Amino acid sequence: MRRRTVYLLIFILALFGFALWSVVPLDKNVFGREGLRLGLDLKGGSYLVYQADLSDVEPGAEDEIMEGVKGVVERRINALGITEPVVEIQKHAGEYNIVIQLPGIADIEKAKDMVGLFTVLEFREQDAAGNFTIPATGVVGNETLTLSSRYFKENTEVAIDSLGEPFLIFEMDETGAQLFKQISTRLLGKQLAIYLGDEPLRGEDGQMIAPVVRAVIEDKGQIEGLSLTDAQELSRVLNAGRIDVPLGRWVDEEFEPSVPLYERTVDATLGADSIRKSILAAGIGIALLLIFMLVYYRLPGLVACLSLGVYGVVLLAIFKLVPITLTLPGLAGFIVSLGMAVDANVLIFERMKEELRGGRSLAAAVEAGFSRAWTAIRDSNITTFIACIVLFWLGGTMGAFMVRGFALILFLGVALSMFTAITVTRTFLRLIVGSRVVTNLSAYGVTSLQTVRNTK
Amino acid sequence: MIDFVGQKRWFFLISWILVIIGIASLIVSQIQLGTPLRLGTDFAGGTSMTLQFSPAVEQSRLREEMAKLGHDKATIQNAGEGNFIIHTEEITSDEAQELAEELAAALNAQVEVVDYYLASATVGAATARSAVIAVIVASVAMLLYIVWAFRRMPKSFRWGSCAVIALVHDVFITVGIFSLLGLLAGVEIDALFITGLLTIVGYSINNIVVVFDRIRENKARGISSDFGVTVNSSIVETLGRCLNTSLTTLFVILALFLFGGATIHNFVLVLLLGVIIGTYDSICVAGPLLVVWEKGEWSSLVPWAKRPA
Repeated sequence: MRRRTVYLLIFILALFGFALWSVVPLDKNVFGREGLRLGLDLKGGSYLVYQADLSDVEPGAEDEIMEGVKGVVERRINALGITEPVVEIQKHAGEYNIVIQLPGIADIEKAKDMVGLFTVLEFREQDAAGNFTIPATGVVGNETLTLSSRYFKENTEVAIDSLGEPFLIFEMDETGAQLFKQISTRLLGKQLAIYLGDEPLRGEDGQMIAPVVRAVIEDKGQIEGLSLTDAQELSRVLNAGRIDVPLGRWVDEEFEPSVPLYERTVDATLGADSIRKSILAAGIGIALLLIFMLVYYRLPGLVACLSLGVYGVVLLAIFKLVPITLTLPGLAGFIVSLGMAVDANVLIFERMKEELRGGRSLAAAVEAGFSRAWTAIRDSNITTFIACIVLFWLGGTMGAFMVRGFALILFLGVALSMFTAITVTRTFLRLIVGSRVVTNLSAYGVTSLQTVRNTK
Repeated sequence: MIDFVGQKRWFFLISWILVIIGIASLIVSQIQLGTPLRLGTDFAGGTSMTLQFSPAVEQSRLREEMAKLGHDKATIQNAGEGNFIIHTEEITSDEAQELAEELAAALNAQVEVVDYYLASATVGAATARSAVIAVIVASVAMLLYIVWAFRRMPKSFRWGSCAVIALVHDVFITVGIFSLLGLLAGVEIDALFITGLLTIVGYSINNIVVVFDRIRENKARGISSDFGVTVNSSIVETLGRCLNTSLTTLFVILALFLFGGATIHNFVLVLLLGVIIGTYDSICVAGPLLVVWEKGEWSSLVPWAKRPA
């Protein structure tokens, strides 16, 4: 038995042991990962895609504005008390989409109402009871205007003073300077709160952000006493709030605000049902597969089953540890990849049989089987990789989040199956052949009277 | 030894029949539905929802009630266990909820919207365009890869072309069958259909490459001066592997098809058809096609033409 084989065996057992340890039980906390990350179609929840109307935004500023819009949307969703929402910006062919994932049972109508709102922040002052109900207004020209993020210049930023305390510097445009002068003169020593729709902005600590007016502000001003995170967030939403960026969708050349481009809501019971059915199907399929391999390939078939076991457990561990979001098609992809993963083994065993029939010794047949099947394994799997890459691109161009999941899982599955076939199966076979435990050719699926010359 | 190459006229004839049925179905569908395939929500836009009835109701009764409520153009698919997948023009989730309540009252059953899905028509058009581009890009990428992988062979472009022709043939037959199912059974195609299609593109090329790889090896060893014989022995030698791999894959796909639930039923059906057609094609079409090209026996491609004397 060669030393290399032993090292490989140790490596495989260690890998398998680690993978098994990290997935059993499935909800065990490993490096902060608890359980498999399930897509909305499996655990229930909503998926919304909105287009952004950036027609009022000057070219070049889109990325920054969208970051701010994302921050605004996140705030609104968080205000609904939904756990682990995901808000992402998707940029595709010059169009900007906001993708929102809301896991679990959510009041989707409420969420949609919130998201469709404008992004401009408004300032409010206290009423007699001390509540912030009155919009802070002033008169410019002949119009009564509310002080809002619309009148801020785009250069609101965070600075740090000599004591290391962060503060926000902002500049107002012409109208804003007149407005702020009137308001700050009137409210000197009082608080101003910042509202997004009907929700006040809150800091990390959950307290309302309501700075006290310390001086008359005209074209420039600053806000102190914020934490660094709050200051950064506030500068982002103020910059984004300069311009209304309605979320909705384009229909022909018309913009329909508040209507999502794409919306999917799956009930958790349907998701649970899908999981149950997939597991049943996987169980039956795998059982048939294992029986077939054992009956047809005998001892090598058993080895293939073992290596398939390693494959399944390691892939599950990868899903959990990366983590990869498992969707229903992804789950199907995983199950189909189990069937395909046997392919490399089959290629090798067929080669081995041919070599055995050709009169080679067992050890030589194993080696020849592997080395000669390699080009076919490599070439054939690369084509599947190409298909996966194209699919991944396709999945990125549209709302169908499931396509990407499938492509990713198939890609990982095929890559891993090459590894298990080449490394795991070969190591096991070398061990069995090298230890001369089983030398009867019929155990290898070859019915021949030829004697076995088992050379080391 | 089975003579696959010798029987190539028959195989080509079978392929032609399947392709022609597919084309006929695509044309009929174009005339009747306005599109070659019945488009699902992903491509046509609109709202698709899964309604769960307890107790289960008859599909015909549901159709009647839907028509009464003004949804006479809705596509209704029975997904089993009291679930129906309904594709209508665009309605909001509020309206879907109302519809469910109206159906509950009319059919005297509990109705729940377990899956609500809205896609704007504009997304649908963009998705359809991306899907077509994806299939073309994938095919060209496969062609280039095979030309590269077989670059040491004289005329490697032929190998790539034959593989891609065989591949397009698989895709075409699968698309044709789905067009027919759309006409006969109301089966709609969605983004997952394209996903399945691209998966079988990868899978089918995979099989063809294994056969071609053996032809490459046998040609290098010079087992016969006749290219037809070389190809045929290569097909026979790889037959066990091709059938076994397809079988193991079919086991799991069939299990998913029978027990995996309605949501991915059509997706799994694409894979099922694709694996069967892909296996047939790698054994009976791709190799013989290469022989036809090498030997210039173009007349065998049109089996109904007279055999040369």
